[in-house]
Amino acid sequence: MTAAKPSGPARWLTDSRVFLPVVAFVAIIAVWEAGVRMFEIPSFLLPAPSRIVGGFGDVTVLRWIEHVWATLRVALLGYFFSIVVSVPIAVALARSELMSRMLYPILVVIQSTPVVAVAPIIIVVLGAGDTPRVVITFLITFFPIVVSTTTGMMATPPELVELSRSLRAPVAREITQIRLPYAVPYIFSALKISITLAVIGAVVAEFVAAEKGIGYFIQFSTSFFKVPQAFAGLFVLAALSISLFQIVALVQRLFFAWSLPRDTG
Amino acid sequence: MPDTETVALRFRDVGHTFRTRGGADVQALSRVDLEIRRHEFVAVVGPSGCGKSTLLRLVAGLIRPTEGSVELFGRAITEPPDGVGIVFQKPTLLPWLSVLDNVLFPIRHKYGRPGDDHKAAAHDLIAMVGLEGFEDRMPEELSGGMQQRAAIARALLLDPDILLMDEPFSALDALTREEMGFELQGIWNRRPKTVLFITHSVNEAVLLSDRIFVMSARPGTIVETLDVGLPRPRSVDTTVLPEMHEMAAYLRSRLLKRDDAA
Repeated sequence: MTAAKPSGPARWLTDSRVFLPVVAFVAIIAVWEAGVRMFEIPSFLLPAPSRIVGGFGDVTVLRWIEHVWATLRVALLGYFFSIVVSVPIAVALARSELMSRMLYPILVVIQSTPVVAVAPIIIVVLGAGDTPRVVITFLITFFPIVVSTTTGMMATPPELVELSRSLRAPVAREITQIRLPYAVPYIFSALKISITLAVIGAVVAEFVAAEKGIGYFIQFSTSFFKVPQAFAGLFVLAALSISLFQIVALVQRLFFAWSLPRDTG
Repeated sequence: MPDTETVALRFRDVGHTFRTRGGADVQALSRVDLEIRRHEFVAVVGPSGCGKSTLLRLVAGLIRPTEGSVELFGRAITEPPDGVGIVFQKPTLLPWLSVLDNVLFPIRHKYGRPGDDHKAAAHDLIAMVGLEGFEDRMPEELSGGMQQRAAIARALLLDPDILLMDEPFSALDALTREEMGFELQGIWNRRPKTVLFITHSVNEAVLLSDRIFVMSARPGTIVETLDVGLPRPRSVDTTVLPEMHEMAAYLRSRLLKRDDAA
């Protein structure tokens, strides 16, 4: 009945899950390095990995931190607002047929409009500063959270809703004590998608207008043919995105362990 | 001593028609007249979709009859009444709460914070359903039978007069199911309740109840009421009594015959 902790074959699997991707990664880097050297490809077209490592050193640590902080700040603020706004919207959608009919088409229209296309307009309307970038990030992140939270709330077992009604409990408690907790697994899968979208949103905004941030840095570097530096920025961006994703996953593991899929074995 | 004089539940010519999503009217119940005395254990058997669950939801006040009236201690039920506990087919415990918090859930849900007396009551109930020592476990750590025990404790927390049970043991394996039946009888002896027990199992109905209502296919109505005269307390020994087998066989033939006619 109760599943044993990973042992024997399971541990071997865990090991190979780390081991195999590392082998593949090292192999790709090696082929890349060898190829660039062998065919003498200029570094402004495709820099060798060794040149990219050098690219990190072309910029001071302080400048790196400045750029990372600019992107991180916008991504997190947009993400934060998107959670704060999406959950109440989801509650409204799940609670009321009227609200659902009224709001849902608007949400779909917003989601269907490519944010990259809207970004320049938002920058013009909202002017300089973080505000337009945060709004762009918000627009790209909120939809998955709204949809998943609504779906989760609707997926609450009808028996529990009947239990709540049979107790004549206040509707607010039906939402906070039954429906929203039931939506937690759904909410977290959306939060994981949205955190990586938040980084994309921040970068898109920086491409349009910014004087700092990793997105800005990449664009700036390529326009001066400092391609190794641009690649370095790209890796920083990927690392940032992966770290944020892992932090969200960690929060779920630490505080909502019950919402994780059970290990079957 | 159980009080079996007072009438706890009375259905007066009750009908219930509901509208499906497609817009069609479906008559689930028709002309149901019945009386259940206080502390009586009553089983309802009938073919699938005969409105057994509708019967139960009417008593819980979750739906209103479209004809006639349902009375609880002489007063028509117009909203979910106090003093009614429900056990569903599935345990439906909240997966983020421990066993203790699940049992306390009705208090927290209805009134806010549970008091010390409620906690003491919850501990007593947990011990009574045989889950002592499992208070801090999470539902997913328990077997199906244990989860259903916790759900029974939850239904008893507000000390209801009426206990509604909607095929509570049908998701359990045969052995656990039998064990839970005797367990329920023990609980009922210690805390007399008016029990409305819906089941598909003829044996379960005969073994547990004082009276059995046999329902017809949709629109459901009571076609026969059987008095189960078997001596209490019932145990494994009861299952070998010829009376029990006769009654079960009769009930089974009654249900099968109607299915053939339909």
